Amino acid sequence: MQNTILRMNKLFFKIFTLVLGFSFLYFPILTLIAYSFNDNKRVMVWKGFSFRWYKELFQNEQILEAFYISIKIASLSATFATIMGVMIGFSLTRISKIPARPFFIFLSSSPLVMPEIILGLSLLLFFISSNHIIGFPSSKGQLTVLISHITFSVAFVAVIIQSRLSSYDKNIEEAAQDLGTIPNMIFWKITAPVILPSIISGWLLAFTLSLDDLVVASFTTGPGANTLPIVVFSKVRLGLSPEVNALSAIIMLIVVSAAISVYFVNRSNIKK
Amino acid sequence: MIRYFKKQNFWFVFTPYFWLVLFFFIPLALIFKISISVSEWGMPPYRDLFSLSEEGFKFDSTLSNYLFIFSDPFYIRSYLNSLSLAFTSTILCLVIGYPIAFYVAKSQANIRIILLVLLIIPFWTSFLLRVYAWKVLLQGSGIINSILIHLGFLTEPISMLHNHYAVILGVVYTYLPFMILPLYGYLVKFDLNLIDAANDLGAKPVNTFLKVILPLSLPGIIAGSMLVFIPVVGEFVIPEMLGGSDKLYFGKIIWDEFFVNRDWPVASALAMSGIVILVFPIVIFQLMYAKYNFKNE
Repeated sequence: MQNTILRMNKLFFKIFTLVLGFSFLYFPILTLIAYSFNDNKRVMVWKGFSFRWYKELFQNEQILEAFYISIKIASLSATFATIMGVMIGFSLTRISKIPARPFFIFLSSSPLVMPEIILGLSLLLFFISSNHIIGFPSSKGQLTVLISHITFSVAFVAVIIQSRLSSYDKNIEEAAQDLGTIPNMIFWKITAPVILPSIISGWLLAFTLSLDDLVVASFTTGPGANTLPIVVFSKVRLGLSPEVNALSAIIMLIVVSAAISVYFVNRSNIKK
Repeated sequence: MIRYFKKQNFWFVFTPYFWLVLFFFIPLALIFKISISVSEWGMPPYRDLFSLSEEGFKFDSTLSNYLFIFSDPFYIRSYLNSLSLAFTSTILCLVIGYPIAFYVAKSQANIRIILLVLLIIPFWTSFLLRVYAWKVLLQGSGIINSILIHLGFLTEPISMLHNHYAVILGVVYTYLPFMILPLYGYLVKFDLNLIDAANDLGAKPVNTFLKVILPLSLPGIIAGSMLVFIPVVGEFVIPEMLGGSDKLYFGKIIWDEFFVNRDWPVASALAMSGIVILVFPIVIFQLMYAKYNFKNE
């Protein structure tokens, strides 16, 4: 009897913690979505249900252009960062002779913990002085933001690939080698399929990091390269913006549908 | 060790190596250079920016920027504010995040995956928008004020924004997933039978937690704390959106020094001293992390 009460107490405490925790995580986002349907310029005073701010959002050229630029930079940055991240992960786990190996490890892991503000400042000063010395980059813009985003994303992809490569059984590769498989074939037939999920999650992480970055982009941006976070920040820095509420709702919708599809893909994989 | 791509090895290693030296290491070295030697730096792109600041500060000696920072209590206070913000929010994230991670990790497999997806969704949602959400909530006309008035705790709306409590709340909210996910990663690997074994042997729940669960999840605690503490020290967006003038933070000072005062040498010196201050926690965390990872193997 006492045991049952104890167990009930434990269960109650567990559910209580989870409900409270998840409410804390979701309450602000859900409130924002709810108020995106508010037909009032004053964000928090409810007037009535409407899609007014969604219409205005889709007519806002500045936001649409920034969205396009952000998506472009994020997909390019994620692709380059993933290629180089795979190279790093591979080099560190499979190639023994790397000149100044500890320095290479330092280079490929420090961007993970370097505060954005320092990274942004250093890249801006670098671009300005390299423009002065060799004339490249000719001006700050999408290219400089892209270079900066690749630079900090590489480290994140490298960590993911590295942990996957070091955790799986190298003997499979060695067995293939003993059986006379050409090294190139080992990579494409054995290693690549094993690390493919890590490559995909690395790409997605790099994409999100680029899409989300405000600080580094603010430093390295120039004319014609206002990314979405820069435009959103300029809108909400001093006040509230009902259009940004609508934007949040759309982004949440994208993230939730991505999460649900990942969930179902994983579930069907497990069933197989 | 297999010898892959004997000829291509070179490009495999050196493409990212070269990229990181060029766009990560050299820029950092450049910050250091600008922070100590300003006289060589009078080239055209800088000259006009520099003349703005030269009226106020002297750059005769190489260490003058550092001396300037460390002789001004304004800068020292902003460092301390940032460190105390990072410390407070790391502790709060740990206290809030640990039970959540623990119960998610202990749930049944099918529920656990759903809860995990629910944990990852806020992690993927734009950081800026999550901070903005609190700006909306904490408004004088915001929903939290309305609820408190409705419940009778308040008679009229109070301003909850623009103070350092709002900043702590914003930081804890946005960085919580960074604490929960590594904790979850360690707790989920953990064999639940150990808890039953400890209970069967007569251990009190408190002792089971302190002597069995906590030591085994220590690497997760360290990883999570590192992922919260270090970026929060340089945090700019949250203090800018939710904070007020009661406390200034390190990230904001660098930003203003660069964009508002246009004093690049002082901004560089601030950045360098930020790195120096952060080297300590980074090294401590990494040593502890390496030690515990090593122990587990």
